[in-house]
Amino acid sequence: MSEMILKKSDLADFFKSLAAECQLLGPVEDGGRIKFAPADPGVFLLDFQNTFMSPKNLFFPQSERLLTFTTDSSDEKAFILEDSGDKPAPRAVFGIRPCDAKAFQVLDRIFRNDQYEDPYWFQKREATTLIGLGCNRPCPTCFCTSVNCGPFHEEGLDVLATDLGDQLLLKGLTEKGEALLSKAKGLKKADKKALEAAAGQKTASEEAITVKVPQDQIPGRSVLDLFEAEHWERVHESCLNCGTCTFVCPTCHCFDIQDEVCRCDGDRVRNWDSCMSWLFTMHGSGHNPRPGKKERVRQRFMHKFKYIPIKRDGEIGCVGCGRCINLCPVNIDVRDVVRNMNA
Amino acid sequence: MQNPYKPYPVRIDQITVATEDKALRTYRLVFLNKEDEEAFQYMPGQFAELSLAGYGEIPIGIASSPTEKGHLLFTVNRVGSVSTALHNAKEGDIMGVRGPLGNSYPLKQLEGKNIVIIAGGFAVTTLRSTIVWMLDPANRDRYGKIDFIYGARMPGLLMYQDEWREWRERDDIDAHITVDREFPGWDGMVGFTPAVTEQVAPSPENAAALVCGPPVMIRFTQPVLKQLGFEDDQIIMSLENRMKCGIGICGRCNVGPEYVCKDGPVFTLAQLNQLPREY
Repeated sequence: MSEMILKKSDLADFFKSLAAECQLLGPVEDGGRIKFAPADPGVFLLDFQNTFMSPKNLFFPQSERLLTFTTDSSDEKAFILEDSGDKPAPRAVFGIRPCDAKAFQVLDRIFRNDQYEDPYWFQKREATTLIGLGCNRPCPTCFCTSVNCGPFHEEGLDVLATDLGDQLLLKGLTEKGEALLSKAKGLKKADKKALEAAAGQKTASEEAITVKVPQDQIPGRSVLDLFEAEHWERVHESCLNCGTCTFVCPTCHCFDIQDEVCRCDGDRVRNWDSCMSWLFTMHGSGHNPRPGKKERVRQRFMHKFKYIPIKRDGEIGCVGCGRCINLCPVNIDVRDVVRNMNA
Repeated sequence: MQNPYKPYPVRIDQITVATEDKALRTYRLVFLNKEDEEAFQYMPGQFAELSLAGYGEIPIGIASSPTEKGHLLFTVNRVGSVSTALHNAKEGDIMGVRGPLGNSYPLKQLEGKNIVIIAGGFAVTTLRSTIVWMLDPANRDRYGKIDFIYGARMPGLLMYQDEWREWRERDDIDAHITVDREFPGWDGMVGFTPAVTEQVAPSPENAAALVCGPPVMIRFTQPVLKQLGFEDDQIIMSLENRMKCGIGICGRCNVGPEYVCKDGPVFTLAQLNQLPREY
C-alpha cells in the first residue's frame, strides 16, 4: 500500500496522465448541481459536498440495454435474444465520496449472490478505477458513521485522496489503485507530517458527524416483530410514495426489464424501478401483495435495515449519505425511522 | 460465467388448449440447440422465464418432468400482455426460455414418506411435474403412498385430463378428482377440495402435503390438514409474486428477506409463518 503526495499545482498534469490512459470523469457543476462527467480536468471540483444524484449510474445506468433481437422474420436469428456486444471502456473516476463507494461495495454483494452474477454491473466495475475523495466538511444530514461507513471510509475505492490544503495525500487501496498511482506523474512519497495531517483530518471529520443512529436492537428482533410495529402507521401517513428517495439512493437497485422495438430492431432493456410504485408488485390477476402506501414505504426501510443484513452477513443497505433526507418532500428522515425500528 | 439474463432459444412444438374456457394453453417447447437442453437441468417445482422478443418475459412453473426428455411443458393462463402474446403465438414460432429458476419441491427429503398432493384449479402445473417424476419407475420405490386430490369449479377446467384419468386407474397412486358441483356426465367426486381432503383423510404419519391452489382453497385446506394432524413443517407450498430478473437481484418478489424467485418458490408453511404475508 503506497501513500503518495500530489501537489495541487501538479494536479493538472496528474489528471492529464490519467486521461491519456483511459476516460476520466470527475465532479463538475451542471446547472447548480454537482455530477460526475467526463470534462476538462481543469473544471473538476475539489471543494464540494456531494453529487445531487448518487453515482450508481456509473455501473447501473438508469436505462441500459441488456440484449438485442430482431423481429424481422426473414432473418434466421429472428426472435432470438443475443448479447448486445456493448463492452465498457476503461475509465477512472476522481472524487467519489466514501459513502458512495461503500454503496458500490454493498451493491457488489447484491449483484452477485450464491448462484448468479450480474455481468452488466461487474463488467463496468472491473473496467473502472475509483479515486475517492474523503470528506473534510460532512453535511448536517450525513450519518455514515452509524452505518459501517465514514467520511474517509476505504471500502469500494481503489485510491483514497485526502485534501490537505495545498496538496493531496493519495493512498493506494487495491491493485488497480496501485497500478494507477505507479503510472501517474508528479507524485512523491508521503512524509510523516502529511500522514499525521491526514489522520488528524479523518478524526476531525468523524467527530464532526455527531448524529448517532443506533441499530443494536434490530438484529435481535424478528422480521415479523419489526414488520408489525406500530410506527409504520405514522411513517406512511406523510409518505407520498413519490419515489424520490429510491431515485437518489446509492444502494437502491431495484429494476424492471422491458422490451423496446423500433421497426424490426429490438432491445431488452432494464430500467430503474421503485418499490414505491403500486405496479412494482402487482400480479397479473390484479392482486397486489403490497397494496398501499404503508406496505410500500415499510418495504424500503425493512429491505435496507433488516432483509439485506439477514441475507448479507449484517451488511446494511444504507451508507448514510443523507440524500433521501435532503430531498424527501414531506421530510421523512431515515434516521428517525431507524431509531423507531430500534426503539 | 453464463449471462443469466439471456434466454435459450426454443421452438413452439405443440400448443394444446388446456381448459374448455380456452384461458389456458399448454406449450410444448423444444430447444433449438442440443447443448442448451443439456444445460437446462431442472427438478419439479422449478420455474422458468418464458421470453417473447418484443413483449418481455413471464415466470411460469415447469409442468413437464425431468423424466420426460426432449421437451418442456408450460401451461399458461392468459392474463397480461406477454401471456396474451403467447396465446397468439403459433406452433413453429421461435421464443426463449430462461432458467431453470428457483428451488424445487424437496424431493430428496421426501423420500420414504407418504405424499399427499392437493391442487386447485390451474395451480397444478408443477405438481403434475412432481407426480410424473414420482411415478417414473426409477423413482416410485422411493416414496410411500401417493394421494392426489385435485379440484376445479367444473370438469372442463380440470387440466391434464388424459393423465389424471390414467392415474385414477393405476394402483400406485390414489387420484381423487373433484368438481365443485354436480355436472351432467361427470364421473368423479363432487365437493370443494378442502371437503374432499377431509373425506380422503390422509394420515399425517410419516407424510408430507404439497398444496397449490388459489388463495381461497389454501385458506380452507390449511385447517383441514391441521385437524388431520399435519404439522406446519409437513405442509409444503409454492408461492407466486410479480418477478422480473428471476435470480434474486431486481428486488420485487421478496416476502420478507426471502426472494420467491431464488429462495422459493417452494416454502413450508412453518417457514411462511415466520414471514410477512406479502404474497
